[in-house]
Amino acid sequence: MRTPFYEIHKSLNAKIVDFHGWDMPLEYSGIIDEHINVRKNIGLFDVSHMGRFKIKGHNAYGIIQNLVTNDISKLNDNHGLYSPMCYETGGIVDDIIVYRIDSKNFLLVVNASNREKDFEWIVKHSSSVDIENVSDKTALLALQGPFAQKALQRVVESNLEMLRPFDIITSNIFGVECMISRTGYTGEDGFEIFFDSSEVEIWDKIMQSASSFNIKPAGLGARDTLRLEAGLMLYGNDIDETTSHLEVPLKWTVKFEKEFIGKKAIMNGKIIRKLIGFEVLERRVARRGNEVLVNGLTSGVVTSGSFSPTLKKSIGFCFVPSHVLPDQLIEIKIGGKQYQAKVCSTRFYKRT
Amino acid sequence: MIEEIRFSKEHEWVVIEEGLARIGISDFAQKQLGDIVSVELPKIGSKFKQMQPMAIIDSIKASSDIYCPLSGEVVEINEGLLEHPEWINQSPYELGWIAKINPSDIKEFGSMMTKEQYENFVGKIK
Repeated sequence: MRTPFYEIHKSLNAKIVDFHGWDMPLEYSGIIDEHINVRKNIGLFDVSHMGRFKIKGHNAYGIIQNLVTNDISKLNDNHGLYSPMCYETGGIVDDIIVYRIDSKNFLLVVNASNREKDFEWIVKHSSSVDIENVSDKTALLALQGPFAQKALQRVVESNLEMLRPFDIITSNIFGVECMISRTGYTGEDGFEIFFDSSEVEIWDKIMQSASSFNIKPAGLGARDTLRLEAGLMLYGNDIDETTSHLEVPLKWTVKFEKEFIGKKAIMNGKIIRKLIGFEVLERRVARRGNEVLVNGLTSGVVTSGSFSPTLKKSIGFCFVPSHVLPDQLIEIKIGGKQYQAKVCSTRFYKRT
Repeated sequence: MIEEIRFSKEHEWVVIEEGLARIGISDFAQKQLGDIVSVELPKIGSKFKQMQPMAIIDSIKASSDIYCPLSGEVVEINEGLLEHPEWINQSPYELGWIAKINPSDIKEFGSMMTKEQYENFVGKIK
């Protein structure tokens, strides 16, 4: 499958990779260069492969509230929140963003790898609700970095300063009606822009209008290292249908004071492992799947691992037994050899 | 004088200089790997048979073994790569060399691919 911007990526000489069936740009100028540019300036990402569902009707609120573990009762119009969606077992179906456009109109943004699964899951738990998969009809770009607001303001009528994190508005960009949310997956300030998939030239227009801010296209490689530094979970790597919220840094998204699918299982689940951040103290990069040893015993596995371009260290997330303490030394087996690593927070990077 | 360069199927290059084989990875290989972020070098004095793994390169995307393209003993390593692994990306045939070995069987060099053969070889990979 291809997004509406595939030809643009090709013309920019992007290295294209298969991502869950999608031909996506891995990198353009290089992962580290793109990563640093998002931290310092702005990067433009094509994230049109992600799923987008519109849910309408007087039942929409109740159906979504039952599906997600976070509480959408406090959502105002034109505001969204992040939440996992669970199976009865407490395992995670997906982690999504729910936007309340108004009391009868919601927009859900889901992972590319889970588009079909999520749609079926939602339909299965919906009665008399109007759900539309608008993923193919719409395009989605993410503009991320400290200068994202200044750059986007040049081409948007609405005052972006008023837009708080997770707010969403409808506004015109180059005469095209867009929805703009203040969200992202990089740990930087930024926006995600939804528009009709035929309006492909918006890519070039944004690139041109933001050129004085040193905007560069950024691919999935930088997206992964940016989200890793920011401590953000990736579905399929760090969380999946076997994960409980309580063993990963997502406790804040479970609201036990409301009802939702999977609540009982999460409440009654026994927590024996936890997901932590680690930093490798030697000159190797840990990767997903590497074994983790605690006190010499195989005790867990790396779920995400890479080199941090900001910290210039090998970092990652791994599961360890829940008794493991901050700063504790652990070992990671890379290519048959053991390397020392230190337990640390999953938030390796916080913007100032 | 331009030294003759030969290549292995695993994308290492070799140049013989004053009887020693200087080894690195090809420009094609560094492009495939992407940003290189760390290098684990062999120890001086260690001996390898042809195509045994001798070093490990971590790029931001993946880890790769580097094979010793000729049998022999390591006599020098490029310690500059420990601080500047990106030299392999920037200058794979000059600054980015990995090790020098004292080859035990120089005939192995003759059996490696010439520049032209290697260009053909990577052309087919692409």
